[in-house]
Amino acid sequence: MRIDCKHVWQHISAYIDSEVDAELRADIDRHLETCEICSAVLDSTRNIVVLIADDRVFELPAGFSQRLHARLDKELQLAEP
Amino acid sequence: MAATNPELEAECIRRILAGEKHLFHDLIRPCERGVYLMLLGILRNEAEAEDAAQDTAIKVFQNLHSFRGDSQFRTWVLSIARNEGLGRLRKQGSRREDSLEADTDEQTGDYTPAILTSWREVPSEALERKELGALLRTAIDELPPIYRNVVLLRDIEEMDVRETATAIGISEGAVKVRLHRARALLQKHLAPLLRGFAPERKGLFRWGK
Repeated sequence: MRIDCKHVWQHISAYIDSEVDAELRADIDRHLETCEICSAVLDSTRNIVVLIADDRVFELPAGFSQRLHARLDKELQLAEP
Repeated sequence: MAATNPELEAECIRRILAGEKHLFHDLIRPCERGVYLMLLGILRNEAEAEDAAQDTAIKVFQNLHSFRGDSQFRTWVLSIARNEGLGRLRKQGSRREDSLEADTDEQTGDYTPAILTSWREVPSEALERKELGALLRTAIDELPPIYRNVVLLRDIEEMDVRETATAIGISEGAVKVRLHRARALLQKHLAPLLRGFAPERKGLFRWGK
């Protein structure tokens, strides 16, 4: 089946997560072969998903873990065994 | 790590409840980042998210006897973190809480992507430039609240759809819809801004900016 750009955009997230069925995937792939706009939309979306997942984007504040466990230590000592 | 295996986790919990309290440090460690990201998504403030993360860990310890094991331990911890975050928003009398709860998935919006005719890959190495990380964080921070939390858990903490749904208390279908819209909004906002971070092609655009 021929599908249009809007139809492709609706499924971009599911396509990236491999959650579209084989038939829809084939339709999308066929569309992407000839549509440079949808290819660029897909590539940019996928690129952004990869970048934001990088550990360097959301780091725990420096010393976060030490402070958390120091506070827990105090709490654990207070608690009844 | 011991605490990511459900059976070892259950054993660890049993021993903590039997008195080996120090084991709680190992139990909670794999959940720390998820808890922090959940709270950052709700509170949008690093210091407050950290403080709330500490309170969450203590509440988890105090309520450990009530963990029934019908969900993953981390999911249970994240739902405690979420309650902690929402409780703090309520105390602040913030309107942000309303928006976190009230937005519906039927909400219509403009989800037309940023239209491009080509895309040059921005490699992960580009994150060495601090501005890129800041740009991505700001874009996520500015997402509507119901989308922000789904992105933080699914795409940043890389939890699966099911765990995300349970931690936030929404259906798996709603997770997928919100994630789709969130990614579309991020693409629309970020794609034009990210172009400057792609490596320049040799010989082309040498003087261009």
